[in-house]
Amino acid sequence: MSETLESTVRRICRSHGGDPTRLMDIARDVQDRFGCVAPAAMDLISRITGAPRVEVESLVSFYSFLSRSPKGQVVIRLCDDIIDRMHGYHRVARAFSEELGIGLGETTADGKISLERTACIGLSDQAPAALVNEVPVTELSTDRAREIVAGLREHMDPRRLVTRSGDGQNAHPLVRAMVRNNLRQVGPLVFSEQVRGKAISNALAMSPAEVIRAVKNARLRGRGGAGFPAGMKWEYARASTGERKFVIGNADEGEPGTFKDRVLLTELPDRVFAGMTIAGYAIGAKEGILYLRGEYAYLRPYLEAVLAQRRSDGLLGPKVAGKNPFAFDIRIQMGAGAYVCGEESALLESCEGRRGDPRNRPPFPAQKGYLGGPTVVNNVETLCCVTKILEAGPAEFAQHGSTGSTGTKLLSVSGDCRLPGIYEVPFGTPLAEVLRLAQGEDAFAVQVGGPSGQLVSRTEFTRTIDYENLATGGSIMVFGPGRNLLEIVHAFLEFFADESCGYCTPCRAGTAFLLRMVERIAAGRGEPADLARMEELGLTMKAASRCGLGQTAANPVLTSLVNFRPVYDALVKEDPEGFRRSFELDKAVMEAELLSGRRSKHAGIEKGGHR
Amino acid sequence: MSGPVTILIDGVEVSARPGQTILDAADEAGIYIPRLCHLPGLAPFGSCRVCTVTANGRPCASCTTPVTPGMIVENDTERLREMRRQIVEMLFSEGNHFCMFCEKSGNCELQAMAYRLGIPASRYPGIWPVRDVDSTHPDILIDRNRCILCGRCVRASRDVDGKQVFGFVGRGHGKRIAVLGDARLRDSGVDVTDAAIDVCPVGAILRKGTAFRVPIGQRRFDKEPIGADIEARKEKP
Ligand SMILES: Cc1cc2nc3c(=O)[nH]c(=O)nc-3n(C[C@H](O)[C@H](O)[C@H](O)COP(=O)(O)O)c2cc1C
Ligand code: SF4
Ligand code: FES
Ligand code: FES
Repeated sequence: MSETLESTVRRICRSHGGDPTRLMDIARDVQDRFGCVAPAAMDLISRITGAPRVEVESLVSFYSFLSRSPKGQVVIRLCDDIIDRMHGYHRVARAFSEELGIGLGETTADGKISLERTACIGLSDQAPAALVNEVPVTELSTDRAREIVAGLREHMDPRRLVTRSGDGQNAHPLVRAMVRNNLRQVGPLVFSEQVRGKAISNALAMSPAEVIRAVKNARLRGRGGAGFPAGMKWEYARASTGERKFVIGNADEGEPGTFKDRVLLTELPDRVFAGMTIAGYAIGAKEGILYLRGEYAYLRPYLEAVLAQRRSDGLLGPKVAGKNPFAFDIRIQMGAGAYVCGEESALLESCEGRRGDPRNRPPFPAQKGYLGGPTVVNNVETLCCVTKILEAGPAEFAQHGSTGSTGTKLLSVSGDCRLPGIYEVPFGTPLAEVLRLAQGEDAFAVQVGGPSGQLVSRTEFTRTIDYENLATGGSIMVFGPGRNLLEIVHAFLEFFADESCGYCTPCRAGTAFLLRMVERIAAGRGEPADLARMEELGLTMKAASRCGLGQTAANPVLTSLVNFRPVYDALVKEDPEGFRRSFELDKAVMEAELLSGRRSKHAGIEKGGHR
Repeated sequence: MSGPVTILIDGVEVSARPGQTILDAADEAGIYIPRLCHLPGLAPFGSCRVCTVTANGRPCASCTTPVTPGMIVENDTERLREMRRQIVEMLFSEGNHFCMFCEKSGNCELQAMAYRLGIPASRYPGIWPVRDVDSTHPDILIDRNRCILCGRCVRASRDVDGKQVFGFVGRGHGKRIAVLGDARLRDSGVDVTDAAIDVCPVGAILRKGTAFRVPIGQRRFDKEPIGADIEARKEKP
């Protein structure tokens, strides 16, 4: 066995050039092959690649899809995002659990099947959903859960669980997923008719500076969340010196409730890759990387085939055909389950084969990015917009939307609405209009921009979706009447606490404290002073955290404290007798009771409080 | 490289070299910016965030942010002092810190920082995590209960000792310091002469047999608050 381990790990390392910067690929392959990256495998990887042993351990311990202890041959990962919870996650999880005879986080005794929870897998519009190894299974019910287990027991082949394929390219032989696109509203830009190769030939007829000017004239801003002007970013990267420059397509799509990049990668991969190629031409890069989140691994064979086709069509490779031919190629880098890796500098670390700790800035990626070279990181949707701009011209693009926010935005709508799915709307569309389209008008709250965005109440539904008002990377989660506000806030805080990289104090510790404070309030043990304390803590996290994760992790609390204050006020109360409600006498004396073997006298006191 | 640049820290003109960090420039001018993870001689890390200042109105970690000409820095304001108190309280509450019977007491930078910032007690709920102690090495001890994840030992081992004995594993609140992967200190190749052993700001990495040698009254922070050495550099008018 250990001989097979050694020879297999050797072969895997060799297939990635023994390169320590490709540790992500190596670890993923070892995980796939052995169901874990065991200490012995880590020793070997360290020895073969020269990566320090502690760095290998560090990487494996960081990503949720990698593990040092053995997982089942098949791993069922149930998405426990709030939207899934609203749609029956708990029931489904119980069914899986009963059928398998194991709890979450456990593996069946025969070592065959593991059951786990995971953060949003980009299928909120068809929740509850899960990944069975790489295969997405959607719209789960308790019956379906039992069928899945029975099927796996019989054949252990997740692909055979796909009984019907979804629409569009989900039915492509290399995808064959039951996922549906739910493309509800197609707009005039991103999902418009495309002429393959036209954007690139237009771009290559211009000088790189002219291409950048076109993107600037279209006033294109990043669609990944931060809204940075794309042309300006490209200009910095172009001006930076470096032998090797890089373009990275950010397909990490980790913000809970967004799934529009999944649909773009399924239906418009050519537009994404064309956008990367154009960016490469503009900044002088020869190499591109698509960073694909681990959850979307089922799209990889298909995307590889699209890349291969583009190579044979002369749209990629040593000589991208056009008036000014240039060399450009793209590789796919798989992620392995870490939200923070969507943050551009953490993404670079991950691409270089390390844990996804964000970097200190400056230097910015455009100055010093992947392997030290100037690097442009753009969201998948931004790249599709680039292609449209070069295809139809900046004026056509900028005529849609509003002055400060040109073009259209893809929204991923999920939750309590009749028509969840993708909507391409012009910037400036009021939230109320989106809710009307999706038939979720009776919402009492909407989370705009995912957990890192804002939780808005009915009075704010007139606000518009754009960079100046309600900015969003695309996630719109609808909460209907009767939903529990604190449960929502709590779910989001859990998410951030799980996903914090742990590097900086305000985020690592702040998320843990906020979570506990909200738990306490939800349990009716909160005091009015807790609200002010949470707000203070949230503001410190916002100001002092090192990256966007920590800077926004308190938003669920901060925005709901403003927009839903009465809900909190009703839960926290000053104790009429002056007791500290947060203090639990039973809990406080429990250990002493255990040690002494006696029950404390206070047991007779009705009020478990402390003056 | 071009000539010096001038920045303003709390209204005081400070001359700095281009590329220098705000914190280093302040140190040279005898202005103390509270810090925990930073240690001169090691690469800036930016993890504790105690050194947060505002630069041209934006909050940033002064230990990793380079100066720009004419930069206006705020350091000693009530808002920033309060933020630092909160951060230090977070460090106390997320770990297991019992200064009263800790052998690092009086020499501990975390404790000294709490005194300097005027922290009576943490306002955050204690988490009381279960963390490991490793005393397998004959001369060295690691007590993770007190670790504040400053990364000094990681950097010293990698950059000074050329060994990479220490590293971080896990993420979020589960992040912890590891030795060569999952080894015990005894088997880690760490030596009592390593720089990594001497840089810990708290009582997490300790030399055995040195506890309580220095009598109370003569310990590192008994006479002067943390940062007094830096403030002593200020030119007397
Ligand atoms: C915690 C965190 C997660 C992020 N996740 C993503 C992501 O999944 N996809 C994405 O495009 N941008 C994400 N971003 C934003 C990126 O850092 C970066 O701004 C973006 O990829 C730039 O592309 P754009 O300018 O085209 O939007 C994230 C940022 C943070 C702080
Ligand atoms: S803010 Fe959070 S995710 Fe970002 S560096 Fe700090 S700990 Fe890591
Ligand atoms: S001293 Fe700057 S972040 Fe710790
Ligand atoms: S006094 Fe012990 S770690 Fe600070």
